[in-house]
Amino acid sequence: MDFALSEEQEMLRKSARDFLTEKCPKALVTKMEGEEKGYPPELWQEMASLGWLGLVFPPKYGGSGMSFLDLAVLLEEMGRACLPGPFFSTVVLGGLPLLDIGSEQQKHTFLPRIASGELIFSLASTEASARYDAASIMAEARADNAHFTLSGSKLFVTDAHIADYMLVAARTGESTKPEDGITIFVVDAKSPGLTCTLLKTIAGDKLCQVDFDRVKVARENILGRLNQGWREVERIVQRAAVAKCCEVVGAAQQVLEMTLDYAKTRVQFGRPIGSFQLVQQYCANMALDVDGIRFITYKAAWMLSEGMSCAQEVAVAKAWTADAYRRIIALSHAVHGAIGFTMDRDLQFYTRRAKAAEVSFGDASFHREIIAHEIGLG
Amino acid sequence: MNFAFTAEQEAFRNELKQFFLKEMPSYLTLPVMFFAVDMSDRKIQKEWREMAHKLGERGWLSLSWPKQWGGREASMVMEFILIDEIMYYGGLGYDVQGVGMVAPLLVHYGSEEQKRQHLPPIARGEVSWCQGFSEPEAGSDLSSLKTRALAEGNDFVINGQKLWTSRAHQADWCHLLARTDPDAPKHKGISYFLVDMHSPGITVRPLNGIYGGQSLCEVFFDNVRVPKENLIGGLNQGWAITLSLLDLERALYMEQVGVGRRVLELLVDYAREKGQDKDPLVRQSLAEMATEIEVARLLGYRTAWLIDKRVPIPGEGSMCKIAATEWAQRWANVGMQLLGLYGQLAEDSPLAQLAGRIQHWYIRSFGLTITGGTSEIERIVLATRGLGLPRS
Repeated sequence: MDFALSEEQEMLRKSARDFLTEKCPKALVTKMEGEEKGYPPELWQEMASLGWLGLVFPPKYGGSGMSFLDLAVLLEEMGRACLPGPFFSTVVLGGLPLLDIGSEQQKHTFLPRIASGELIFSLASTEASARYDAASIMAEARADNAHFTLSGSKLFVTDAHIADYMLVAARTGESTKPEDGITIFVVDAKSPGLTCTLLKTIAGDKLCQVDFDRVKVARENILGRLNQGWREVERIVQRAAVAKCCEVVGAAQQVLEMTLDYAKTRVQFGRPIGSFQLVQQYCANMALDVDGIRFITYKAAWMLSEGMSCAQEVAVAKAWTADAYRRIIALSHAVHGAIGFTMDRDLQFYTRRAKAAEVSFGDASFHREIIAHEIGLG
Repeated sequence: MNFAFTAEQEAFRNELKQFFLKEMPSYLTLPVMFFAVDMSDRKIQKEWREMAHKLGERGWLSLSWPKQWGGREASMVMEFILIDEIMYYGGLGYDVQGVGMVAPLLVHYGSEEQKRQHLPPIARGEVSWCQGFSEPEAGSDLSSLKTRALAEGNDFVINGQKLWTSRAHQADWCHLLARTDPDAPKHKGISYFLVDMHSPGITVRPLNGIYGGQSLCEVFFDNVRVPKENLIGGLNQGWAITLSLLDLERALYMEQVGVGRRVLELLVDYAREKGQDKDPLVRQSLAEMATEIEVARLLGYRTAWLIDKRVPIPGEGSMCKIAATEWAQRWANVGMQLLGLYGQLAEDSPLAQLAGRIQHWYIRSFGLTITGGTSEIERIVLATRGLGLPRS
């Protein structure tokens, strides 16, 4: 067992932190929340030059051939910095699925252009029912000669409005089991009949409703196998859940550090508030939760990185992280008092993003249901 | 980062499993958990000694010791694997005080003679130890202890009283803190002694625990003579030694995770048997228990890994203790909720489910967040020594 990052990972972490500290100050985060696009293209290109976008793609597709665990380190720093923009969508929801189940043609067509920063991707899977089960996929793709006609509506699609392509999960076949008959398509975002509507969110992150009105999708744009896409959707969501936890590792650590700084410097009744027992209890609770999130998440990330079967570990990580981060945010507010309640302090960035992280890719209850199955409750 | 155990560690875990499946007395196998084996229970005494002897034969009570003292110089991770599995199988024969605390005390601070005298019996599972720390007026405020050790010729003469001393009535030896310099600031006047519990002048009075057994005791010292050679670690140096041992003791509470793992399996089977396995509340509750067990377990191994790296663990040790004990209370409650009305039956009621062990664990669990450092103290230690917050 080794609970430390490798030397290379430490270097990656440090360089990512230095880069983001300089290039992604909170003023930029605020600015991006207020702008429709939601990310600065210059920063995107710089990240591409650093090799971040193609980090886990093999070199033949323009990437650096690094592991999911290495990506986890990067995601942690991005979470810490509240990095705005479509990195998560493009790499975790677009690039990794393409790498997993794309044809050689698809991989050669898309991956190098993702790595270079040219293409932005997203995943359109969830619908108005706001659930992650197969029965919720109601968007339909009907087969005509050489193409499919896609109709339906997707909701909570991150960065759809700036995406060049979307992976869309739609129903292509009838079956008694909702898991059967689902196919994933790679859809050009500029397709006629496709409209994106930006949703207003608490976090200022960019989520969309995406409507498909008889959008034509060529047969060769099927990703993976016809009617057998649900397994792949589950894997995408599973990996995304862990990736989201990786962001939370960084965010939670930062919230703890901010809270400790405040507790050591804020003076009331003639002494730093960190010398009061209740404040100490709160900080202790936060620290336990932060370390819990860190190691349970990295364990799942490591198992995914090693290609190990880890359905239970992923669910445990997300279930734990969802609840623990909520506790951390609440306690941080308690320690900060009124000052944490204003937009001019940094805590609000984390608070407003925390809920999105909690509910994305399955909330705690959803993952506990998976765990219940895994431990033998049927 | 690597969350796998080495081949050697996996083999060890496997070896432990095979051993316990074969050797645990059948009436104790299911469902057994730590504290379930009430040490004051006469009929368990014989099995305890026999098991301790078998564990000792295999070198499992001296795993991390230096080779010259019969150990394997194994890592703390290995020790934690042992604790993890031993507690899963009931904890029979494993003297946490002797193996977990006194052995490290001797290895790090003992004189050659003290090591020669005490390590081999611990390794062979032939001796039980009790911890003479707390007093009526010195619980959380341990360093205000009053038991006095006065130097007299070749001995120290000890007078005073210890309280909440686990299993003192069955112990052969006691590792004890006493005041040797009442004029020094309280942390600086404490010394650490090894005391033979058969010495004249020692009276032990077992207390009746709320769970129906007797484990905690009062121990009275009336002019008890302790040879000078039994001072461990230097005169008035006891407190610093104690602090580092307490950090280690906290981490050892990871044992509750082994208990939790076993109980979870029992509860899953029980839920299925009683047709409660499709109830969403039951599913969520057991899944939450499974989640907490995994997190507590990981934090435990993390702490063992840090100990192996010789990194001080004031924060991490406290985290282990808080997680393992507070969540164990929750797990016991999950069990009680599943039992419903059956949970209120006495352990030995003929109608008690799961051999009454859930009720037993539930009542015992109230002590977990108090013994070995209260949760409140642990959080203060974590906050001040771990996170650097200023003291009150």
